[in-house]
Amino acid sequence: MSERRINLNRIPMPKRDPKERIRSFDEVALGYKEEDALKEAARCLQCARPTCVEGCPVHIKIPQFIKKITERDYIGAVKVIKEDNPLPAVCGRVCPQEEQCELKCVLNKKGAPVAIGRLERFVADYEAQLGISEKPEIGTPKGKKVAVIGSGPAGLVCASELAKMGYDVTIYESLHEAGGVLVYGIPQFRLPKEIVKREVEYIKSLGVKLVTNFYVGRTRTIEELMNEDGFEAVFIGTGAGLPKFMGIPGENLLGIYSANEFLTRINLMRAYKFPEYDTPIKVGKTVAVIGGGNVAMDAARSALRVGAEKVYILYRRTRDEMPARLEEIENAEEEGIQFMFLVTPTKYEGDEKGWVKTVTLQKMELGEPDESGRRRPIPVEGSEFSFPVDTVVVAIGQAPTPIIAKTTPELQVHPKYGTLVANLKTGATTKPGVFAGGDVVTGAATVILAAGAGKAAAKYIDYYLSNKNKPGIWDELFNAQ
Amino acid sequence: MGFKILQKVQLGPDSFLMKVHAPYVAQNAKPGQFIVLIPHEKGERIPLTISKADRITGEVQIIFQVVGKSTKYLSLLNEGDEISDFVGPLGRPTEIENFGTVACLGGGFGTAVLYPLVRALRDAGNYIIVINGARSANLLILEDELKSLSDEYYVTTDDGTKGMKGFVTDYLRKLLEEGKKIDRVFAVGPVPMMRAVANLTKEWKIKTIVSLNPIMVDGTGMCGACRVSVGGETKFACVDGPEFDAHLVDFDLLMKRLEMYKDLEKYSYELLLKELEEGGCRKEG
Repeated sequence: MSERRINLNRIPMPKRDPKERIRSFDEVALGYKEEDALKEAARCLQCARPTCVEGCPVHIKIPQFIKKITERDYIGAVKVIKEDNPLPAVCGRVCPQEEQCELKCVLNKKGAPVAIGRLERFVADYEAQLGISEKPEIGTPKGKKVAVIGSGPAGLVCASELAKMGYDVTIYESLHEAGGVLVYGIPQFRLPKEIVKREVEYIKSLGVKLVTNFYVGRTRTIEELMNEDGFEAVFIGTGAGLPKFMGIPGENLLGIYSANEFLTRINLMRAYKFPEYDTPIKVGKTVAVIGGGNVAMDAARSALRVGAEKVYILYRRTRDEMPARLEEIENAEEEGIQFMFLVTPTKYEGDEKGWVKTVTLQKMELGEPDESGRRRPIPVEGSEFSFPVDTVVVAIGQAPTPIIAKTTPELQVHPKYGTLVANLKTGATTKPGVFAGGDVVTGAATVILAAGAGKAAAKYIDYYLSNKNKPGIWDELFNAQ
Repeated sequence: MGFKILQKVQLGPDSFLMKVHAPYVAQNAKPGQFIVLIPHEKGERIPLTISKADRITGEVQIIFQVVGKSTKYLSLLNEGDEISDFVGPLGRPTEIENFGTVACLGGGFGTAVLYPLVRALRDAGNYIIVINGARSANLLILEDELKSLSDEYYVTTDDGTKGMKGFVTDYLRKLLEEGKKIDRVFAVGPVPMMRAVANLTKEWKIKTIVSLNPIMVDGTGMCGACRVSVGGETKFACVDGPEFDAHLVDFDLLMKRLEMYKDLEKYSYELLLKELEEGGCRKEG
């Protein structure tokens, strides 16, 4: 009988109309209203053994915060979330909940799971609207300094966890704004920068010091931070910032951008507001975005908003194998992005000024599954055809920036992927006292996985600093199962 | 917290020298490296060579030429003003050793980039020949500084208003034809000048290093805007350079890529000039 009382339809979240939204960088998803949130929260079964929490990389106490919503105690709900995650407004927007908490929701077996992400966003935005910021308790100062390198999700979460424990934490950021991929990568219409700023301010309010314009590896090395500046431990959360290119002829023609450049110009540097802002961007009439991940979707949707007439996503497999979130694929489709599947570029040709004019595409077919479990694309001989474009964005992935590993001799790097060698549970690297987590260890992944790695590392940094003199401590952390 | 401008000196009609208080940059800066700064709140990130750094006082010296909105804006800042964002040192330092006799060629504003290299090469014990070239005598910069650092110092101007009439390459050719033994050449200047030097020294089989100035955004290896082709391989000038073997650089590509935003850069610059003319210096950003 109880089953009948359960509403299996999720309360939909209002979105801006596609026709209107492709002309602006305003946020597309509008978020739940109070009544939506109350209805959706009422669907939670309050499981005694909540599987959703297992699905969350930072283990937010999901049933508890949802219960607070049903009691209309929204601030109480944020408080519960912040015990485990200092970035609720960010994660409520960009987490792939459908692969994590919502996938594990028991309602999922019978229909739609609770819209946990939307509820997380609702309470975070509610708090923001009131202009208040709930703070957790801060432990007594430990008198120990920890340096966090990179202010993306991994670094922010690691820093906030350590600050709560009473450590003296400094975040070093190479760019002029904090947030890492949250500010240079994810577009305004998906994650407004004001929201990132607010969550960064919150983390600073916990006592975390933030130093921007400081490129560790160049401005100062890890050795200098540890040997001269008194940092007893370092967390590297520098992400995957090195853009990959395909290495095909013509790739350096004008009008061909890496997704990082394209998005950095638009997001971090606000090129969409040129000439009010000084950084320009050039987008032609026909844009081709190469790749099928979230970054490709972000680039394609941004291209439309800076004036492209036609935007194509060129992907070498089919829609089913696309690594992008379904929600993002649907958003792109609604906005009129065209998808071309089973094609891969083999070369570009330009005009006399060196601007890209055409891309040669080769057709692909799907073969046996590869190591990722997706069917491997196989080129079809003699199937090349030429396709006119005047702007290309290469969004085929990013690798870790090599600078820190190059300037820290004891750090080992994976020879093929360029990722730092580190224990996935503790974050311990090959250099004692140095931990790492997020994309720099795993290769490009998601915001919340990075946040989870930052949180885990904070726990083991605390363990390390509390047991520094224990013989074999580093081996224990590096070899932990 | 910004970076204070300690000193500002006008070097030529549109070139300026600034000393900026940036202790961390000063501490690790080496010849050949650069910084990226943002001139105002809505500004772009622009790379500028570190021309001198003082570890003790924390001063970093930059020299720039007004070529567009950002550098114009920078030139309007004064001693005591702060630059909000200033990061470095970036890029790979120059490989400095005692090569023997080194010819250092500066073309126009490229001389500013050359200057720290000359000093480091001198300190390493090289015999230094400097050829300082410009379109016209009033555009020559750092003459006294370079003269005092070099064993032989020559000037060329395109219009013959000072030194030999012609290009720096003409003077280098003259020296080579006279039998001067040169072990290494460093050249910094406009792309056509660097290409001409590369062509000449290739003939004479002298290893030549050029410092490239492609468009950059972050300057830290993240975007690839600055990609250049060197020996058929794509390199990022910000992290793999900015110095490369001149005989391997694809100068055509560099020149084309430098043109990418010319029209928008011009537009943006004209807007600022108009604003300044109307009397409103939008210093608040």
